[in-house]
Order: sequence, then structure tokens, then C-alpha cells
Amino acid sequence: MSAIDKLFMRLKSEGKKAFMPFVTAGDPSLEFTAAMLKRLDAEGCHLAELGIPYSDPIADGPVIQASYTRSLNGGTKLSGIFSMACEVTAEISMPIVTMVSYAIIYRMGIDEYLRQAIAAGISGAIVPDMPVDESDELAAKCKLLDFSLIQLITPTTPRERAVQIAEQTTGFIYYVSVTGITGERTELPPDLADNLKWLRSVTDLPICVGFGISKLEHVEALKSVADGLIVGSAIVRRIAAATNEQAENEDVLNDVGEFSQGMLTAINA
Amino acid sequence: MSSHFLPQPSPDASLPDEKGRFGEFGGRFVPETLIAALDQLETEYFQSRKDPAFQAELDILLRDFVGRPSPLYFAKRLTEHCGGAQIWLKREDLNHTGAHKINSTLGQALLTIRMGKKRVIAETGAGQHGVATATACAHFGLPCVIYMGEEDIRRQQPNVQSMKMLGAEICPVTSGSRTLRDAVNQAMRDWMSSVEETHYILGSVVGPHPFPLIVRDYQAVIGRETIRQSQARFGRLPDAVVACVGGGSNAAGMFYPFVAETDVPLVGVEAGGESDQPGRHASSLTFGKPGILHGSFSYVLQDEDGQTDDVHSASAGLDYPGVGPEHSHWKSTGRVEYRSCRDNEALAAFDLVARNEGILPALETSHALAKGMEVAKERGKDEIVVICLSGRGDKDAGEIQRLKNEAATRPN
Repeated sequence: MSAIDKLFMRLKSEGKKAFMPFVTAGDPSLEFTAAMLKRLDAEGCHLAELGIPYSDPIADGPVIQASYTRSLNGGTKLSGIFSMACEVTAEISMPIVTMVSYAIIYRMGIDEYLRQAIAAGISGAIVPDMPVDESDELAAKCKLLDFSLIQLITPTTPRERAVQIAEQTTGFIYYVSVTGITGERTELPPDLADNLKWLRSVTDLPICVGFGISKLEHVEALKSVADGLIVGSAIVRRIAAATNEQAENEDVLNDVGEFSQGMLTAINA
Repeated sequence: MSSHFLPQPSPDASLPDEKGRFGEFGGRFVPETLIAALDQLETEYFQSRKDPAFQAELDILLRDFVGRPSPLYFAKRLTEHCGGAQIWLKREDLNHTGAHKINSTLGQALLTIRMGKKRVIAETGAGQHGVATATACAHFGLPCVIYMGEEDIRRQQPNVQSMKMLGAEICPVTSGSRTLRDAVNQAMRDWMSSVEETHYILGSVVGPHPFPLIVRDYQAVIGRETIRQSQARFGRLPDAVVACVGGGSNAAGMFYPFVAETDVPLVGVEAGGESDQPGRHASSLTFGKPGILHGSFSYVLQDEDGQTDDVHSASAGLDYPGVGPEHSHWKSTGRVEYRSCRDNEALAAFDLVARNEGILPALETSHALAKGMEVAKERGKDEIVVICLSGRGDKDAGEIQRLKNEAATRPN
């Protein structure tokens, strides 16, 4: 049983939902990312998605694209990300999963990527450009190592295929709320709750919803039909104010901390 | 009816396989959001191949709107200049819109209508695919948005003007290196949000399955005509065939019908840029490694972390860090030889062809001409070398002058 399975078992027994922030590794520096992850853990966030910056992210909107560019321009390397994660995971209780392009995993090699990720205390991966049809090898290796491979289901996924994806997934299902790229949305699609109810009827895995979620109203609308909510751009936008100045970075940590606290309170109110 | 222009059963018809793989290359590495649209496109494409009405409509367009077949032309003075094999040029520059790109955009526009989609998007580098897409969309009355890197907008102004006059909306792409690779990224992002109503007319044999298959099949008219014209003219096939490779669409279209003709050497020419140093060329097959870019597993120029390298070519259409998966397959099987051509060699070939033949070739095509002449020089006078003259160079006149001025003022 992976750290993610244990997390959702605990939340279920407590009747709680997960709040899962996304941060880009190395934006603006790995030191800041480490401080941010520790702060999010201290606030009581349940799981963090660590975005591995990639040069050509086609599923990401302008906010996350820009954070990847800032990080890569700052010289972030995979080896540095794993060292930072290793230091942070030793100190925090929330599990960390990487959001990572298959371009990066393939270049390192699946075995080596999993070895280094697990050594760094990372609990799973979301690979947004690897659909289920291409995931057999990675999924098999992840299962052997009890490393969660979180796959995505979207509004354009036919229902038969959604069942197939759910069967290949471990940890939790990432349900993409909208047909589109990452980024804050004012409103979520009207059929989202119905789609989640259907998905709930065909799988026992936790279902977490991401893309577009940024407001307390979204939390209100979704907390009864999802097991967790993922918030990316709304956090990354706040982190974009961070620099290499200590005092300013304290302000950013406080800002993101307060925002997360608000979401955490709303989701389990 | 028996079509002259349309996809025919091919000797290599088994590829790609049902997962879109050419050997180990290809596949689909895209977000789940796009999978249903790719499935729909594959299904409709295969059905359209068996639909006589669809084929007849495309056939007539290729004849009367594009002007096919394109001539196979003997470049007499260029041949004399080189002093080797006879050089014959497959004149895709004489197609409507001035390049091979129109062969695929008309087919894909018909597929758009067949799928009931209402809007078209496309990426463009040199602007030839953008113009060909805007043309097809104007012809069918489809709204059209073209993504183009800011750097390419600067160096290919004539095509930008044409696209606007044809009614297309141009979206400048300001991210990354502001070239073709970034235009593909931005078109993919548009498609992520608009996929239910929009078809993405990809311009090359790159991207997720079934794009490499569809674009190759529509471009294969080039190679089929060349075979027929060679048989009629020489009573035999050429002794070598040469084409330039960025993503690789004109080369795939030229080579594919020749793949089973194993006696005919095939030479693909990549952009060698300014040097062999990373970032100063765009020769994915020569210097790259297999990896993932833009939804496909193929040769790519990446660093050790899997981040895509910046690339350089004087030619916007070849300025791309990846290549179509079928080319990677042909490289790995050894069926096609890939050479790399420097910017200055391409510019010299441009001048030579302009002054000896009265043809202004595109800068992309000039790479094929440079290495095609090299191949001709390696061969005897009774041999025949066919070079795919993939596009005309009017679009490049301003940029070529600028590059020449820059070279003239550069200290040696």
C-alpha cells in the first residue's frame, strides 16, 4: 500500500476530503520550492503535486508555462529537484507526487527515474502526455514498486475508455474538469458533477478533480462529489511574485499559506 | 475510378501498425483530452479512403485547383555545371500556393468537413503550410487560425500577408524560440480547448498518430507521380532521389512510394545550420536521439534531462528540433541516408539554381538542391538524380538578402 493509498484511507475514515496544491519545482529557486512545500505541509495540505518543469508543455496554460520557463531559465535540473525532494520529504508528512512529461522520464529511463524518485521519497507520478494506451510498461513497473501512477480522465474520454483507465490507475484518479489546458476558470462545466457521480459508480479509487479550480465556490460545488481537489495555477500565480529576496518570499509563503488554509477550511467545513 | 493522385495500396502498407508505430517510432504521447479526436480522425480517414465520392472530390481538386501532376523537369544547365548525373527536378513549386503543402491541406480540409467540424487551426514555420491551409479554408469557407512564431513572422513576411488576404487569422507565438516548435505547442493548446469543434491541420509528418500517416499518404502523390514520370521518360526508375527534411513531409511523400524499390537510394537532407554545436543546427536525425516531442516517439534534439534543445536554421521550415517518426524508422532500417547541409551551402545552391535555371527555390528546398548536386557529382553522366523541388523561394527574397548582407559584413 503506497503513501497515497494510506492517505485516502485515513481521510475516508475521518470523512474528509483532500486539498492538493501544485507547485513548480525551481520556481523561482529550489530553495523556495523546499520552503513552500514545508509551509503547505504545515498548513495541513494533504498531498502536493510537484511540477517538473518541461520545455514544451502542451497541456499547460500561460501561468504554469511561465513558471516552467522561469525555473528552466534559472538552471533547474532533474538531479537538483530530486535532491531537494529528498531533503523535504524527510521532514514532512504529506505525500508528494511529480507531474512530469514522459519526454523527461523516457530520457532518463523508466527504471532510473523510478529509482531516483523513490529514493527521494516521492510517492507517485502523473504523466499528462502518456495516455493509457502507451502506459503498460510504466504502469507495470510502478505496480511492482508500489509507486502510484495517477492517470487522467477528461470530459472527452468515452465511458468505456474511462473504465479502462480507472483499472490501470493506482493512488487516485485525476479527473480533468474541463476540455482545455490548465488555468483558473470563473465557472466550471455544468455537467461536471454528473460526470463525477458516474465515475464514482464504476470505480472504488479516490477521484480528485483538477484544472480550473481556484475559488471557494468551486470547492463548495465539488466537495460532495470528489475525494480531493487539485489547485495549480491559482497557487503558481501567487508564487510568481517570489524573488530571491528573503523578505518578499516570506510574504509569498504567507499569501499561499493563507490561500491554502482558506481552501482547506472550505473543503472540510 | 482509378485515381492518379490519391492514396493507393502501398508496398509498405503495413506501417504504421494499429498503435501508430513505424517500427519502434511514432505512437501517441498526448494528453487524454485529445485521444477521442485522434480516434475519430483515424476512423474517418480510413473510411474516406474507401469512399469514392470523397476520393473523386479530392482528385478533381488536385488536378484543377492545384494543377497536378507537377512536372518532372530536366535541369540542363545545372547538370552541366555539376558535371555528373542528370539532375531532374520534381516541380512541387509549380503547385498552387507554391509548395507541396497544398497536397495535404485540401485532403485534411475535406476531412474536417466530413467530421462535421467547423473551424481549422494550423501551425506554420516558413508560412507555406499556413498559406496552403488558409487557401483550403477559403476554398471551403472554413474559419482558420494560424499559429506562427514571431521570429518566423519576421522572416517570412510575404506569406504572412498572403494568409491575411486569404482571410486567416494569424496568432503570433511569443514563447520559447518563437519558431515552428513553439507554434506547434500553441496550436496543440488551442486544440486542447477546442477539440470538439476544431480540426488541427498539422503540416508535417509529425505529431501523434494518425497525423504522420495521413500527411504522408496525402503527400505520397509526389513519389507516385515521380515513378510514373520516370517510367514514361526513362523507361526505368531514377538512380537516386533527394529531398529536404524538417518535419519531413515532402521527403516522406517523395520517398514512401520508393521504399519498396530497394535499388533506388534515397537521401534526406537536414538543416545543418551554422555548425555541429548544439543549438546551432536542426539535424535531429544526424545529432539527436530517440525521445518524445509533440506527441510522438522519434529522433529529437534534447538535453540529458529531456528538455528540447534550441535549434537553428536559416530556413524557417527546417528550424525544428524533431522529425517525423517514419523518417526515424527509415534511418534505423538504413533505407534512407540522411545528410546535413549548412546554411551557407543552401544559400550557395539557391544562387546557382536561380542563375542557371531561372528558378527561385525556397530556402528549405535549397538544402535538398545543395546535397542533390553533391549526389549528382558522385555519379556518372548516364545516371539520373531526382531532387524534390518542394517550394518556391519568392517568400525568402528579403531574408536571403538580409543573410547575404550579414555575411558580407561579418569579419572573417
